[in-house]
Amino acid sequence: MGVQTWTFIIVGFTFILYIGVAIWARAGSTKEFYVAGGGVSPLANGMATAADWMSAASYLSMAGLISFMGYAGSQYLMGWTGGYVLLALLLAPYLRKFGKFTVPDFIGERYYSRQARLVALICAIFVSFTYVVGQMKGVGVAFARFLEVPFSLGILIGIGIVFFYAVLGGMKGITYTQVAQYCVLIFAFTVPAIFISLQMVGNPIPQIGMGGTMADGTYLLDKLNALSTDLGFGAYTEMGMDNRVNVFFITAALMFGTAGLPHVIVRFFTVPKVKDARISAGYALFFIAILYTTAPAVASFARTNLIETVSEKPYNEMPEWFSKWESAELIKFEDKNNDGRIQYVADKDRNELSIDRDIMVLANPEIANLPAWVIALVIAGGLAAALSTAAGLLLVIATSISHDLLKNYLKPDISEKGELIAARIAIAVAVICAGLAGLNPPGFVAQVVALAFGLAASSFFPAIILGIFDKRMNKEGAISGMIVGILFTTAYIIYFKPQLGGPGTPEGYWFGISPEGIGTLGMFINLIVSLVVSRMTPAPPQEVQNLVEDIRIPRGSKAASSAH
Amino acid sequence: MSSEQNAKYWKRNIRYLLSLLAVWFLVSYGCGILFAPQLNTIKIGGFPLGFWFAQQGSIYIFVLLIFLYVYLMNRLDKEFDVDEE
Repeated sequence: MGVQTWTFIIVGFTFILYIGVAIWARAGSTKEFYVAGGGVSPLANGMATAADWMSAASYLSMAGLISFMGYAGSQYLMGWTGGYVLLALLLAPYLRKFGKFTVPDFIGERYYSRQARLVALICAIFVSFTYVVGQMKGVGVAFARFLEVPFSLGILIGIGIVFFYAVLGGMKGITYTQVAQYCVLIFAFTVPAIFISLQMVGNPIPQIGMGGTMADGTYLLDKLNALSTDLGFGAYTEMGMDNRVNVFFITAALMFGTAGLPHVIVRFFTVPKVKDARISAGYALFFIAILYTTAPAVASFARTNLIETVSEKPYNEMPEWFSKWESAELIKFEDKNNDGRIQYVADKDRNELSIDRDIMVLANPEIANLPAWVIALVIAGGLAAALSTAAGLLLVIATSISHDLLKNYLKPDISEKGELIAARIAIAVAVICAGLAGLNPPGFVAQVVALAFGLAASSFFPAIILGIFDKRMNKEGAISGMIVGILFTTAYIIYFKPQLGGPGTPEGYWFGISPEGIGTLGMFINLIVSLVVSRMTPAPPQEVQNLVEDIRIPRGSKAASSAH
Repeated sequence: MSSEQNAKYWKRNIRYLLSLLAVWFLVSYGCGILFAPQLNTIKIGGFPLGFWFAQQGSIYIFVLLIFLYVYLMNRLDKEFDVDEE
């Protein structure tokens, strides 16, 4: 059977599985819709959080990025995992004890202010929406490339599936489908990695195989360094000294951004107890780490394989996958010196090969000659990653609208039933808007993701941390900190992103910090402004100080509720 | 529970947090980025040590840190009698 038949079978089977789970776990109340009834076991919540967190970008693009960046790619590995330590230690248990549904809920009550809630609400919607558009695009690309349907039809299928289980099941349906999606995606990511590790270094564990020796007795990483430097690229395992500051800042922005993303934080409202919130952050990171420690191994295998397959080899002896990706225009070859061989070198004037780094994960099983069903599995995994993240994000958007905006802002007397209907309508509208935006994405979607992390780091993270750890923090401090943090970060990113129309050039970066890393500085500015302003304005009212005392102590936590 | 006990509980909690976060900082920003060039001169199997911390080791230690935190906090909750029944 060919790859396409296998893809239809495996993808079709996983979709039936997701829909079945969604019907079984449909939501009957707002509490089930927003936080899955607050009764999800920590282990299941850990898996769901992991699937929610690992997007199409983690699954499809990250290993490719690392494989082309070498050491500097570590910023994604550490940045997108280290944030969970912050979440577990500094946020999750306290927000769980607080016991409401959303991040704007916390900001609004802790800072006793409707303005603060509104600022948080707008940030939550903006951050989640930019993210979800990228996911929708990922779904469309995956379908288009592998089922050979048009891109727009691919997105429509994606909308249909997410629509079905998100509208029906709310958080409850999404959580249990994400558990299934985690299993699919992790299986699909590790199986080819194990095969390739066995092939290249004879070790079934890729994490160890990466440091192993190849058939000729040399260490894989030494060989890769030698291959890279021969072609004029930097050594794979060495970090360029000039960009160390930038790597530092990007890593930090991703970590603090992770800990401030509303769709991640809300996961810790779904477990029954404070104790469960702590441990489920641990489970989540454990499940995420399986993929995040396999990815760098895949990256180094793929890079070695690629260089050995193409470098200085005759063009007309290239394997089948080469021409397949060439026809998709993701590999381009231009024989500059007309010798019929491929020169793949760092020097731009002599280099004849350009490779889209996004294809590394997808092409890897083919490069390594793995069976057709493995390739189909990788595709199903990519779809699981994109769909699970999209669903989690859409729920945050819907909750922000029906709960934070409608129930707490515009129409406080709305009935439980009315709110549930509003939530379903909101998520339906959000799915359709995201799908339409994904169909016709503004060219800068990818660029805006940097903004999403930067904003989460420079607005939510400090406001929540100070709300828990600084009893004296008041609304004046928190609001001015958030506003200054957001404005600074947004201005810097727009100024230095030519794709967003900014006039800045890399020479103008402050301390060499690129826009991806500026959220870190924005966060510190927010912290300083909040602290200074709060000490010059009156202390928060006694009942808010009591609230802070209360969330610090685990005992007495109740399941999340909407009662005020 | 008295507010004095609460303050004591919170102080212990902060002490745990600071020590665990110190390790968190050290393995990622320290070993993985700032001291990576020095550590890379040491090799463990095929891995230069700084590179290993950046792409493997820091992630394993992150996971361990959270489980250690859970253990410490569950013990602390019991000691101060603030655990959930």
